[in-house]
Amino acid sequence: MDTTARIIDKRDLTDITKLFVVHAPLVARNAAPGQFVILRVTETGERIPISITDFSRAAGTITIVIQEVGRTTALVGALGVGEVFLDFAGPLGLAAPLPSQGHAVLIGGGFGTGAVFPLARELRSRGVRVSSIVGARTRDLVILADLLATESDEVHVCTNDGSLGYRGFVTGRLEELMDAGAGFTHCFAVGPMPMMRAVATTTRRRGLPAMVSLDPLMVDGTGMCGGCRVTVGGKSFFACVDGPFFDAHQVDFDEADARLMTYKEQETLAGELAGLGR
Amino acid sequence: MPIVYPHKTAMPCRDPQERRRNWDEVAEGYTAERAIAEAHRCLNCQDPVCEQGCPVNVPIREFVRRVALGDFEGAARTIRRRNLLPAICGRVCPVEHQCESRCVLAPHQDPVGIGRLERFVADWERQHGNGEQTAAPEVWRDQKIAIVGSGPAGLTVASDLAQLGYPVTIFEALHAFGGVLRYGIPQYRLPKEIVDEDVEHLKRLGVEFVRDVIIGKTVTIDQLVDEFGYSAVFVGTGAGSPIFMNIPGENLKGIYSANEFLTRVNLMRAYSPAYDTPVRSPRRAAVIGAGDTAMDAVRCSIRLGAEEAHIVYRRSEQEKGARAEDYERARDEGVIFDWLTLPQRFLGDENGWVRGLECIRTELGEPDESGRRRPVPVPGSEFTMAADVVVIALGTNPNPLVPQTTYGLDVDGHGCIVADPQTGATSRAGVYAGGDIVTGGATVILAMGAGREAATAIHEYLQQRADREAEQFVAGAEDVLDAGSPLLNG
Repeated sequence: MDTTARIIDKRDLTDITKLFVVHAPLVARNAAPGQFVILRVTETGERIPISITDFSRAAGTITIVIQEVGRTTALVGALGVGEVFLDFAGPLGLAAPLPSQGHAVLIGGGFGTGAVFPLARELRSRGVRVSSIVGARTRDLVILADLLATESDEVHVCTNDGSLGYRGFVTGRLEELMDAGAGFTHCFAVGPMPMMRAVATTTRRRGLPAMVSLDPLMVDGTGMCGGCRVTVGGKSFFACVDGPFFDAHQVDFDEADARLMTYKEQETLAGELAGLGR
Repeated sequence: MPIVYPHKTAMPCRDPQERRRNWDEVAEGYTAERAIAEAHRCLNCQDPVCEQGCPVNVPIREFVRRVALGDFEGAARTIRRRNLLPAICGRVCPVEHQCESRCVLAPHQDPVGIGRLERFVADWERQHGNGEQTAAPEVWRDQKIAIVGSGPAGLTVASDLAQLGYPVTIFEALHAFGGVLRYGIPQYRLPKEIVDEDVEHLKRLGVEFVRDVIIGKTVTIDQLVDEFGYSAVFVGTGAGSPIFMNIPGENLKGIYSANEFLTRVNLMRAYSPAYDTPVRSPRRAAVIGAGDTAMDAVRCSIRLGAEEAHIVYRRSEQEKGARAEDYERARDEGVIFDWLTLPQRFLGDENGWVRGLECIRTELGEPDESGRRRPVPVPGSEFTMAADVVVIALGTNPNPLVPQTTYGLDVDGHGCIVADPQTGATSRAGVYAGGDIVTGGATVILAMGAGREAATAIHEYLQQRADREAEQFVAGAEDVLDAGSPLLNG
């Protein structure tokens, strides 16, 4: 059985954000929206989980978006078309628990925008109305708004500095739309932890059901190590097999934040050694 | 009874002070002279009861006799008839509960060192290279077999069925093969080169190894059968899901399951600067539990630089689950044992790192359902213990990925796959299971024993199926002839 995962297309979305289309038919055949892969690029390297941005069973492809924030992601970013991943395992995690009716608002922050795309497509195919909110610090960092537009009824872009679209955070735009009577019934958010925490706070206050995709540290991704445990509703879960999507209103973000920082010192050092001074 | 030296021939071990800071193998193994001396302690019993204590029925009397005669090659051949992983079993088998516990010498003196002799023979064979003896079958059968998991059970099934001429594929979720032999058992106790060699040996037998495939996610068992054309499946996925204590503070940073800690150290080589894997360097490590895995974790924490390493266990020394040998080695390496101690919550610092455990002393009451005396907390005996790394080694539950995604596969109340103890047959025809996924956390050799039984059963099942299909084919052909085929009549 062939598990080769070869890069057949690559696009630079920003200086440090890259999109890869990977020919990996075995991973694509059972993939569902909301799942992720675990990959490795060197024999001495780490296993890192990456959300699936798009998949095509027909073409046998998986699309992923990588942001170069550490040593391993920098090594991935350096790969080119025609090269193969040393390991590319998945699809892992549960499919996102998507509704079959109503009006969903999808929120993508930074490179998390890629991960909401397959949700949009699936929701639309189920007849759910889809509004998307895409956020970034500044205009140059807004990614995939065009792709998301192909599977959304409307797309709202936000930048912190106002260089494109709404000026401010995604939660500001979310509240504006709700105040204007958008009538959202569900919210799904993927992005940096502070953004997801803010979405949780806002939607809880406004009584809008919301799910967030947690990406804690992982080793195996199959429920074997428990390194990815998160507390949701006072109970401990393994994000790799019970998630990655959890009820935003129940997530213990303080703990999730702290655990994500476990190896920050080592990662910073490794990043500097890899030439990531930025 | 002839006079036998009462003690086992000693096996040289590296000095505890030297070995506790590196990852080289602790036990150095017998020399040929020592092996022969030890083999001479065997009485060559008329009825070798030791063999009944071996889950894979190694012909112990015969191989030991060959060692005594200096016929190491013959001894290796004898072991290999029943056990394809002797270098591993000779190192990790709990012999004191198995073959050696049955040795007739045992009541009055040390039993014959069967485990040490097995290791010696296997190492001699590796050094004198005879792995080339085994080659892939010249003709393969047309019924393919899928094996889920490359641990000891899966490797045994693969070996047995490949030797019978079946095309076998082993699917592994991780990026390296061996299962617990790879991620669980540390380098100083089982050098990974040995696992590599055993995997290579199976590759030479023609076994196909596929990594990064998570059965139940990448491909389901139903897809293996319906779409990929596998005629039988063996599930040997192990007891994958770590048990936590469910006490406050358990998700603080620096608290690991034994699976995570050992995987980072053994599979991902966190101890090597050449690898990118991070793990917290312990100063004061506390490992909760007293089984084999706990001993592995506490000795790894010493090798990662811990100044103090504790085993924290709610029962007493008597009830510990660890092999005697590993327990003694841990003690020699300076591990501190806190018996009759039950953690009640974990204490953290302002940054979310663990800094200690709040414990309570226990005393032993009446036996519980496991037959061991139940630990009862002693009121007012609470105390605090400092620790910057905590490893929870309280066992594992079965990983639910395969049961959840396989139609008609029955599991018991613990989530273990229900399988016939004699054959490994599950509630699904053609699907067999063995090892920890059936029994819950047990040992390498028991998993191999289950694999051996399942391989035999799979072979019988496939032969019966082939016979049935042949009969149906003949019957079908006769029907065609009876009906008068236009081609034949034309």
